[in-house]
Amino acid sequence: MLGRLTIEALPLYSAVAMGGALITVFGTLAVMAVITWFKAWGYLFREWFTSVDHKKIGIMYVTLALIMLLRGFVDAIMMRTQQAIAVNSEGYLPPDHFDQIFSSHGTIMIFFMAMPFLTGLINIIVPQQIGARDVAFPYMNSMSLWLTAAGAALVMVSLVIGKFSTAGWTAYPPYSGIEYSPYVGVDYWIWAVLISGIGSTLTGINFIVTILKKRAPGMFLMRMPLFTWTALCTAILMAFAFPAITVVATMLELDRVAGMHFFTNGDGGNMMMFANLLWIWGHPEVYILILPAFGIYSSVVTTFSSKRLFGYTSLVWATCAIAILSFTVWLHHFFTMGSSANVNAFFGITTMIIAVPTGVKVFDWLFTMYRGRIRFHVSMMYTIAFIVTFVIGGMTGVLLALPPADYLMHNSTFLVAHFHNMLIPGALFGYFAALNLWFPKAMGFKLDEKWGKRSFWCWVIGFYLAFMPLYLLGFMGMPRRMEHYDTAAWQPWLIVAFVGAVLILFGLAFLIVQIAVSFRNRAALRDWTGDPWHGRTLEWAIASPPPPYNFAVLPKVEGLDAFHMMKDAGTAYQRPARYEDIPMPKNSLFGMAIGAFAFVLGFAAVWHMWWLVAASAILCAVIVIIRASSDNTEYVMTAAEVEAIENQRFEDLAKAPPPDLEHIPVGVPGAPIPGTSS
Amino acid sequence: MSDTTAATPAGAEAAHDAERYAEKDFGFWIYLMTDAVIFALLFATYIVLSRGTAGGPTGSDLFSLPHTFGETMLLLVSSTTFGMASLAARAGNRGGVLAWLAITAVLGLAFVGMEIQEFAGMIAKGAGPDRSGFLSGFFTLVGTHGVHVSVGLISIVVMMGQIATKGLTVPVLSRLMRLALFWHFLDIVWIGIFSVVYLPGVL
Repeated sequence: MLGRLTIEALPLYSAVAMGGALITVFGTLAVMAVITWFKAWGYLFREWFTSVDHKKIGIMYVTLALIMLLRGFVDAIMMRTQQAIAVNSEGYLPPDHFDQIFSSHGTIMIFFMAMPFLTGLINIIVPQQIGARDVAFPYMNSMSLWLTAAGAALVMVSLVIGKFSTAGWTAYPPYSGIEYSPYVGVDYWIWAVLISGIGSTLTGINFIVTILKKRAPGMFLMRMPLFTWTALCTAILMAFAFPAITVVATMLELDRVAGMHFFTNGDGGNMMMFANLLWIWGHPEVYILILPAFGIYSSVVTTFSSKRLFGYTSLVWATCAIAILSFTVWLHHFFTMGSSANVNAFFGITTMIIAVPTGVKVFDWLFTMYRGRIRFHVSMMYTIAFIVTFVIGGMTGVLLALPPADYLMHNSTFLVAHFHNMLIPGALFGYFAALNLWFPKAMGFKLDEKWGKRSFWCWVIGFYLAFMPLYLLGFMGMPRRMEHYDTAAWQPWLIVAFVGAVLILFGLAFLIVQIAVSFRNRAALRDWTGDPWHGRTLEWAIASPPPPYNFAVLPKVEGLDAFHMMKDAGTAYQRPARYEDIPMPKNSLFGMAIGAFAFVLGFAAVWHMWWLVAASAILCAVIVIIRASSDNTEYVMTAAEVEAIENQRFEDLAKAPPPDLEHIPVGVPGAPIPGTSS
Repeated sequence: MSDTTAATPAGAEAAHDAERYAEKDFGFWIYLMTDAVIFALLFATYIVLSRGTAGGPTGSDLFSLPHTFGETMLLLVSSTTFGMASLAARAGNRGGVLAWLAITAVLGLAFVGMEIQEFAGMIAKGAGPDRSGFLSGFFTLVGTHGVHVSVGLISIVVMMGQIATKGLTVPVLSRLMRLALFWHFLDIVWIGIFSVVYLPGVL
C-alpha cells in the first residue's frame, strides 16, 4: 500500500537534517496559519491559484523563485561553512548529508530558482511588450506554473520524507543507478525534473506561439523589444531542449525500476550516453537562463541611458546565433570522457565561437551607454556589475574550452568558480535588475532604492569574495564537492569564500527588507503613470499594474521603441472614441489540479506506490479530456466595464506628478550630448 | 487587425475565433516537433545500443518481417481512413466522419494488439527490456510509439463522443484537424521505426 515508505524515512539520522525538516514543516504550517488568520484562502484561490492571467501567473512564478532562492542559498552557505572548517576534521556535516546538499543546491538553483524566475518575468512582460492582451494558451500557462511548483514541492518534501539525491545535480550514472544509489534520493531528482520539465516544454510552446502570433498591428519582428527577442529564442530552446531531459530522466528511471540497461556498466548499456543526452539539454539550458537576462540588460541599458539601443540588429542576430550555436557545444562538459582529439577539437572550437556573439553584445551595451545620460538606478548598477564580472567569467570559459587545459581543470573548483561566474552575473543579476525595473509594472509601486543598493553591494562584493578564491583553489588542485580535506593551504581561501557567502546572506536579507520596506511605503512609491522610468517599450504605455486585458485598444506600432515614439509624437495616453467588448479567458481550477495530481504521482513513484501512480495519472488524463472537450472557456468583458477601468486610469494619470522630461532628454547614437539640444 | 474586423460584433467574434484556432494549430505543430525531438533521441539511443546485445538475442533472432509488415499495413491504412474522416468532415457528413473514425480506431487497436502480442512473445522468450541494452532501447523506442498510438486511440474515442453529442461545430472540427495531424505524425514515426529497427535487424 505504501510501497517502500516506512517510518525510517524520517530524518532521524542527523540533527542537522532533522532541523532542516522541522524548519520546512513549521515554515509551511506558519504560512498556512497566516493565510488562515487573514481568511485569505478564498481570495488566493479565486484571484491567484485559479488565475489564468499571465501577469498573476508571472508573479506567482517569481514568488516561487524567490522562495527557492532562499532554500538554495541555505544549501550554499552550509557547504561554505563545512568547507571552511573541515581541514583534517569531519566538520559538522556527515558526507552523505553534504552530498545531498550540493545535489539539491544545483537542482534547486537551476530548475526551481532560475527557471521559474525567468519564466515569471517573461510571463509578466512579454505580452505587454508586444501589445497583446494575453498569451496564446492562458490555461496551459497555469498548468505549466503548477507543474513547476509540483517539482519544487517534491524537492522540498525530500527534506522531510526520505533523502534527496547524493549524485549531484546532473545525476551521472553509474553512481545514480540502482546499484550504487538504491534509496529514494535519485528518484526524487528524476521526478522533480520530469514534472517541472514538462511544464517548461509547454511554456516554450506557449511563448513561441504568443510571440509569433499575437503581436499588435505594426509590431514586426525587427521592431520587437530585445527582451521579447531573447524570450523568443529562450522559448525555442525550451521547447526543443527540454524533451532531451525528459528522455534521459525517463531512461534513468527505467534503469532503476525496470532493470533496463541504458546506462549500466555491463549488459550492453552505455553510461557515457547519459552525459551526451543530458548535456544536449544542459547546454541549451545555460542559454535558456542567460538569454532573457541579456534581454533585461538591453532594456535597462537603453532606458537608463535615455538612448536608443546601439546596434539593435546586431543584438538580434547575436541572440539568434547564440541560440543556434548552443546546440553545438554540449560535449565541452565532458572533454575528459575520452573522445578522439578531433571530436574534442570540434567542440572546443564551437565553444570559442559562441563567445563571439556574446562579445558583440557587450560592445553594443557599452556603446549604448556611451554619451548617454546614465541614471544609476539599481537595475543599471546590476547591469554594469554584470558587464565587468561576466567578461571575467567568459574568459575563464574560453580557457576551459581548450581540451588540454580542460583536462587539468576538470572537476576542480576552477570549474565551480567559472559557472557561478557565468550564472550569477549572467542570469541572477539580470533577474534582480528585472525585479527592480519591472516591479512597479507588476505591483503598482516602485521598490525602495536605498535598500536595493545595499543589497546590490553585498551581492557584488560577496560574489567576488565567494568565487574568486575558488579559481585559485582550482589552480591549487582542489576538486569540487569535497566534504573534508587535508591540505591546510586551502583553508584560508575557503574562509574567504565563506565570508563572501556571509556577505551574500546580507544581500539576500536586504533584498527581503527592500521588498518589505517598499510594501510598507507603497502609497509613497505608487506608480500613477505606469511609466516610472521614462520607458521606451509598450509595457510602459499602460497602467501599473495593468488591467486584466492589458490594452483597451490594441496599440499601433510605428517602429522600434514604440512607446517612446508615441510620446514623441504626442499620441501616447490618448482616450479612444469608444471601447469594445473584450473576450477574456475564464479562470480555471484545472491547472492547479493537474499540478497537485502530478505531485502525488511523483511522490508515489518515488516510494513505489504504483496503485497511486496509476490513480493520479488517470485523474490527470480525465482533467485533460474534460478541458479539451470544453467549448466554453471565455467570457466577455463588456465595453462598459472596460470604460470604467480606463476612466480610473485617466484619473490616476491626472494625479501623477508631471513627468520630469527636462532631465531625460531624447538621445540617439551619434547625436550631440543630450541636454544641449532638444 | 481591429479596424478591419470591427465592422460587426459577429464579424469581430468570428475573426477572434479564427485567430484562436490558427494559434492552436500552430502550437500543436510545435508540440509535434518537441515530440519529434523525443523520438529522435530514442532513435539515437537505439542505434547506439543496438550492438549491446550482451550475448543475448539479436534483432534477426527476434524480429519477424511478416508480423511487422502486418503492423505497418494496419497503421498506414488507418492513416488513409483518418484522411477519409477528414474529407467527410469537410463535406459536413457527420455519419461519415463517425464511421471512418470508427474504422480508424479498429485498425489502430489491431496495431496495438499486434504490438502487445510481439512484446509478450519476446518477454516469454526471455528477451525482455531488462535482458540487454539493445532490448532496453528497442522496447522503449517502439513502446513509446505504441503508447502514443494508444493515446491517439483514446483521443479518437473522445473525438467521436464530441462529434456524436455536439455535431461538427467549429471547435470540434478544429480539434479533429489536430488529432489528424497527431495520427499522421505517428505514421511517419512508424516508417522510421520500420526502416531503422526492423529492416536492418532482419536483413
